[in-house]
Amino acid sequence: MIKNKTGNRKKIVTVFFVCSGILLLLAGRLTYLMVFQSDYYSEKADQLHERERGIKAARGRILDANGTVIADNRTVCTISVIHNQIKDPDAIVEVLSKELDLSEDYVRKRVEKYSSIERIKSNVDKEKGDAIRAYNLEGVKVDEDYKRYYPYDTLASKVLGFTGGDNQGIIGLEVKYEEYLKGQEGTILTVTDARGVEIDEAGEERVEPVPGNDLYISLDMNIQSYATQLARQVMETKEAERVSILVMNPQNGEIMAMVDVPEFDLNNPYQLPDETDAENLSEEQKQEQLNRMWRNGCINDTYEPGSTFKIITAAAGLEEGVVTTEDRFSCPGFIMVEDRRIRCHKTSGHGAENFVEATMNSCNPVFITVGLRLGVERYYHYFTQFGLLNKTGVDLPGEAGTIMHKMEDMKAVELATVSFGQSFQITPIQLATTVSSIVNGGNRVTPHFAVMAADREGTEIKKFSYPVTEHIVSEETSATMRMILEQVVEKGSGKNGYVEGARVGGKTATSQTLPRGSGRYIASFLGFAPADDPQVLALAIVHTPQGNYYGSQVSAPVVRQLFENILPYLEKMDYN
Amino acid sequence: MIVAQRGRTNNLRRVRSRQQESFFDYSLLFIVLFLLAFGLVMLYSASAYDASLHYNGDSAYFLKRQAASTVLGMAAMIVVANIPYHFWERFAFLGYAASIVLILLIIPFGVEANGAKRWLRVFGISIQPAEVAKLAMILCLASLICRMGRGIRTRKGFLVVLGIPVPVCLMVWQITENMSSAIIIFGIAVLMLFVSCPDYKRFILLGIAGIAVCALAVFVIVKLSESEATSAVVGVRGSRILAWLDPEAYASGKGFQTLQALYAIGSGGILGKGLGHSMQKLGFMPEAQNDMIFSIICEELGLFGAISIILMFILLIWRFMVVANNAPDLFGALLVVGVMGHIAIQVILNVAVVTNTIPNTGISLPFISYGGSSVLFLLVEVGFVLSVGRGIKLKDL
Repeated sequence: MIKNKTGNRKKIVTVFFVCSGILLLLAGRLTYLMVFQSDYYSEKADQLHERERGIKAARGRILDANGTVIADNRTVCTISVIHNQIKDPDAIVEVLSKELDLSEDYVRKRVEKYSSIERIKSNVDKEKGDAIRAYNLEGVKVDEDYKRYYPYDTLASKVLGFTGGDNQGIIGLEVKYEEYLKGQEGTILTVTDARGVEIDEAGEERVEPVPGNDLYISLDMNIQSYATQLARQVMETKEAERVSILVMNPQNGEIMAMVDVPEFDLNNPYQLPDETDAENLSEEQKQEQLNRMWRNGCINDTYEPGSTFKIITAAAGLEEGVVTTEDRFSCPGFIMVEDRRIRCHKTSGHGAENFVEATMNSCNPVFITVGLRLGVERYYHYFTQFGLLNKTGVDLPGEAGTIMHKMEDMKAVELATVSFGQSFQITPIQLATTVSSIVNGGNRVTPHFAVMAADREGTEIKKFSYPVTEHIVSEETSATMRMILEQVVEKGSGKNGYVEGARVGGKTATSQTLPRGSGRYIASFLGFAPADDPQVLALAIVHTPQGNYYGSQVSAPVVRQLFENILPYLEKMDYN
Repeated sequence: MIVAQRGRTNNLRRVRSRQQESFFDYSLLFIVLFLLAFGLVMLYSASAYDASLHYNGDSAYFLKRQAASTVLGMAAMIVVANIPYHFWERFAFLGYAASIVLILLIIPFGVEANGAKRWLRVFGISIQPAEVAKLAMILCLASLICRMGRGIRTRKGFLVVLGIPVPVCLMVWQITENMSSAIIIFGIAVLMLFVSCPDYKRFILLGIAGIAVCALAVFVIVKLSESEATSAVVGVRGSRILAWLDPEAYASGKGFQTLQALYAIGSGGILGKGLGHSMQKLGFMPEAQNDMIFSIICEELGLFGAISIILMFILLIWRFMVVANNAPDLFGALLVVGVMGHIAIQVILNVAVVTNTIPNTGISLPFISYGGSSVLFLLVEVGFVLSVGRGIKLKDL
C-alpha cells in the first residue's frame, strides 16, 4: 500500500482552491449578468414573451352646423372560439348556430378546428353579442369593435365619404380629416408561451385607446336634405343624368350643402346601383364603376361653365374700366372676330342695349366685345387674379384643376369664346367660389366644410382657418356686379330665379357637354341672396336634361325653390 | 484555514470516538442528498411544461424517470460505500477495456436521441458508455499510478498516464460525437496526474500551451469568417465559436440556446421570479431540463439561488478534498481526486457554458440536469468516496 504523501495533499488543496476560484469567478460573471445586464436581458425576454393585440379606437363623429351627428360609430361584436379553452363543444355549436343563424356544420367545423383562435362571425350586433356572452360558454370570445354608421344613409355621401375595414377614411371628409378622426389605437399586452398560448396568471397590460376627435362641419343637413330632394326631383322630371347643387356662404366660404345626385348609400358603399349588371363585371370594371359612383361632380369634374362665366368677364371689364354700366352696344345677332362669325344665342339680335341690359339678355357679342377690349394679357391677368388658375383649396380630396388655354396660345378667337364661358373648363366649386368672391366685396374665400375639431364633450381642440385673398376686385365693382346680377333675376334671363319678397341676384347658363354637337346640354343657374349683402349663394347644374334644356327654364326654378325654403330658415337660424 | 478547520473537526470527532470506530462523512452525504432533492424539484419545475405537452399531459414524466434513476443510484451508492474500495482495484483494467467495448458497441447498437447516437439500451434501461468511461478512467488511473510508484516522476511515466485516456477520449469524441465528455475524461486524467506528480512546472507549461492553442484557434476562426472566401471553411464547431463571441448575431442558429439562457439568467435578477415562474421554460428554452437547467435556476431563484448552488458545489468539493487528504492510502486519495475532478470540471464547464463564458458545448450539471446514466454513475462515484472515507481510522485524524 502506497502512502498518501504530503506533496500529494498540497496538490489536492491546490486543486480545490483552483476549482473554487474558478467557480467564484463564474459567480462574479453571474452577478454581472443578473445585476448589471438584468434590465437589458429582461427587456429582450419580455419582448419575446409578450404578444400585442390592438384595441380599435372609437373614430371621431362628424356633426353638422346644427350639431346633428351625421357620422357615428356603432358597437359591433366579433365572435370567436379559442380551441384549447373549449369545455363543451356541443353546447357551443348549438348556441352559436342558433344565435348567429349559421348552419351547425359551419360552426362545428370551426369549433373543432385546432387553431389558437378561430373567428366565427364578425359585425354582429351588440345585442346579439351580449346575448351570446350571457351564456358564459368557456372558449367563446366576444370582442367588441366599432363600425362606422351614417344615420342619413345617402345624404351628403360624396362629401362625408366612408371608412374601410380598419376604420380608415376612404373618400371625402373621412379621409381628409383622418388625422383628427381616427384616434389612437390601444393595445393589450399578453404574456404567452412559445406556442403563443396566453398564460392566464400573468394577466394582461392594457394601453387604453384614445378616441378620435369629433369634426364639426358647416354642412347643414336641413339644407342638404332639401337640396337633395330638389335635385332628385329635377333629375327625375328632366330625365337628367346628374344634378349638382352647391350652397355656400359667399362671405366666408362655408359650404352649407353639396349635392351630386345620384348619391350612394354610405352604409353600403360597395353596392353598385340596382340597374347595373354587377354579375358580369370583372374586378377592374367593378372598381371603375364604384369610383364613378363615388365621384363628387362638384369638385372632381370640370365642365364648360357657359354664360354664368360672363360674371367674371363683366367684373374684369368693370374693374379695368373698359366698360361701364351705361356703355351702349348694338347686337345684330352675331359678331365677327377676325375671320370667324360668332353667333348670339338670339340669332335675330338683341338690338340696342346698355351693358346692364346686355347682361340681362346674356348677350354674347357684348361680352366678346368687352373681352376683346381687355385683350389677352389683361384678361389673363384678371383670370389669374380671381384665382381661377389655382384650385380653390376646398377641404375635400381630389379637386380637379382648371383646364385653360396657355396665355401664349390665346388669340382673339379664343379670348372671345372664353369671354362668354366657352372653350375652357372649371369645376362647379371654382365657379361658385369665384362668384362668391366677386359679389362679397372682393375677397377671395376658400370654400370649406370643417369648422373645428373637438373632443367628445364639445371642447374645441382645433379651430380651422382658411386663407382669404382680399381685393381681387374693388368694393365698387363688387357692388356694381351685385346690382347688375339682381337686375338679371328681376327683369332679365334669370327671372325664374326670382323669389317673392327677397332680393336675389344671379345668372343663368346653358352650355354644351363636350365634345360639342352631341346634343347634350348642361343647364345651370347661379343665384345669391340677399342681392345687396349676399349671405347665401347657390349653384344648380343639371347635366343632360331632356326636352327644354335652358338654364333659365331648368335650373333657375330649382334655386328659386331652394331659396324660398331656406331663406326664411336661414334668417331664423341667425345666419344673417 | 484548512488546518484550523481540520483541528476543529478533530476535536469534534475525538468526543465521538468512543462510540464509533470508523469515520463516515455525513456532511458529504448530506450535501449530495440536498443537491439531489433540489435537483428533482428544479427538474420538475423546468420540465413540467415540456412533459405535459409531449407526454399526454403527464407533467411528471421526466421527474418520475429521474427519480427512478436516483433511487437506483442511491442503492448502488450504499452498496459501493459498504464495500472496501480496494475491492475494485482488480477491475481497473477490466473496466478500461469494458468502457472501450461499450463505446464500440454504439456503432452497431447505439440508440439515437436528440440527434446524437450516445446510448446503449440494456433491459429497457439506456446507459451512456461515456459515463461508464469516466468512472472506469478514474479507477484505472488511480490503480495505474499506484503501481507505477516513483515511476510517475519520470518523463515516461508522465507520458504514459497522459496517454492512457487518449484512445478513450478520441473514441468518445468521434464515435459518440460527445466532445464535452472527451474533455472531461481528459481533464480528470490531467488532474489525477497533477496530484500524483510532485512537479508543478510541467503543468503550468501544459496549461499555458492549452490556453495558447485555444486563443489561436479562436483567432484563426474569427479571421477566416471575416473574409467571404474562407468563411465556408469555419464549419460547425467554428460557428459555435462565432456564436459565442456574438450570440445575438447568430440568434436563430448556433447562438439560439445561449441567447435563451442569457434571457433567462438576465431576467432572473437578484431574487428571481420565484420557484415555478420561469417564462423561458415555456417552450422558449428547448429542453430546459437538460444542460441549460442552471439558467432556469437563475431565472426562478435569482442570483441568490444561483450563488447558493455554486456554494453547495464548492462545499461538495471541499468535502472531497478533506476525504482525499485523509485517505488511508494513495489509491483511495486518487479515487477521490478523480471524482472531485469529474464533478468540479463538469460544474465549472456547465456554468461557464450557460453564462456564455465559453463556447456552447453540451455538458450537464451534476445531480441536477436530467440524465439517468449521469446521476447513476455520479452516485456510484460518491459511493467510492464514502467508501474511502470509511477507511479513515478515526485515530489517524
